[in-house]
Amino acid sequence: MITSLLASAGPLTPAARSFLSPTGVEIVFLLVGIAVLGSAVIAVTTKQLVHAALWLVVALGGLAVEFLLLTAEFVAWVQVLIYLGSVVVLVLFGLMLTKAPIGRSPDADSGNRWVALAVALAAAGTLVTLVVDAFRTSWIDLGGGGGSAAMTGQSLFRHWVLPFEALSVLLLAALVGAIVLSRTKDERPPKPRPGKLRTGKPVGLSSVPASTTPPQES
Amino acid sequence: MHLVYPAVLAALLFSIGVYGVLARRNTVLVLMSVELMLNAVNLNLVAFDAWLRDALHAGQALTLFTITVAAAEIGLGLAIVLLVFRTRGTADIDRLTALGDPSEDAEDAEADTVLKGQAVA
Repeated sequence: MITSLLASAGPLTPAARSFLSPTGVEIVFLLVGIAVLGSAVIAVTTKQLVHAALWLVVALGGLAVEFLLLTAEFVAWVQVLIYLGSVVVLVLFGLMLTKAPIGRSPDADSGNRWVALAVALAAAGTLVTLVVDAFRTSWIDLGGGGGSAAMTGQSLFRHWVLPFEALSVLLLAALVGAIVLSRTKDERPPKPRPGKLRTGKPVGLSSVPASTTPPQES
Repeated sequence: MHLVYPAVLAALLFSIGVYGVLARRNTVLVLMSVELMLNAVNLNLVAFDAWLRDALHAGQALTLFTITVAAAEIGLGLAIVLLVFRTRGTADIDRLTALGDPSEDAEDAEADTVLKGQAVA
């Protein structure tokens, strides 16, 4: 199977294509990739939390363009719909609901920033070296419309039906779990707090404050 | 298109996500960085699907699955973050040390990380 995969893959022999004469698609890919990387860096380093979420929009939108350039149209539009449409909105909701400061917050990064930077640089160096060394001569033969909605739908509902259904069950479980987690409390009436008068008793008539009422349970 | 371009872009994006996960203090921003890492994986999947010309389109199907799982993950994650915020009044990861070693308090941990950071830098 691996040999057939390798045989069906792109040419493994050193190709005549040079990095010095990039095609138009490659130039666009590089420019959009630089934009994606820059906005991702800003999104993880900016001090303003809401701006980080908005720069994440730029990064994910640029990735959708990269998917389009790789002829994966359906995945690109799903990316726009789900990431830009719902995930970023969820993140913004989360920032607002946890009372994130709107302005610049000086403690956005934790104290181990330099350790994190060292780990990230080491990971980037290792991965880039490995990937460049492994795939230096590989060439993607774009074209053929392999990523159109018709092709993706056919493969999804012909070969991947069972994972698809399992995934819908997973989404349902996640939805129910999120609802259960974010429900405020059970339906019992709230216990009277000490220091606060019970409702229904007029304040002036009762000389006994509510704090001396016997606590129902500790 | 050379395969190196999307592969290198995905590797760099993954590293940026790693930095964000390790360096950010707000939990929502950590979740954002996890999204960046998942997107790097998506880019790899799409690129290798286009390279291998898979008849089953396993790469793109897996990309759709990853996007769905990421949506479920961020929903559940934000629900947990909101619950933690309601219970403890903070969304800072560094201050959620209830399960940590009880002998070291927050100041010790902070000084320790600062020392480590200086040692590395």
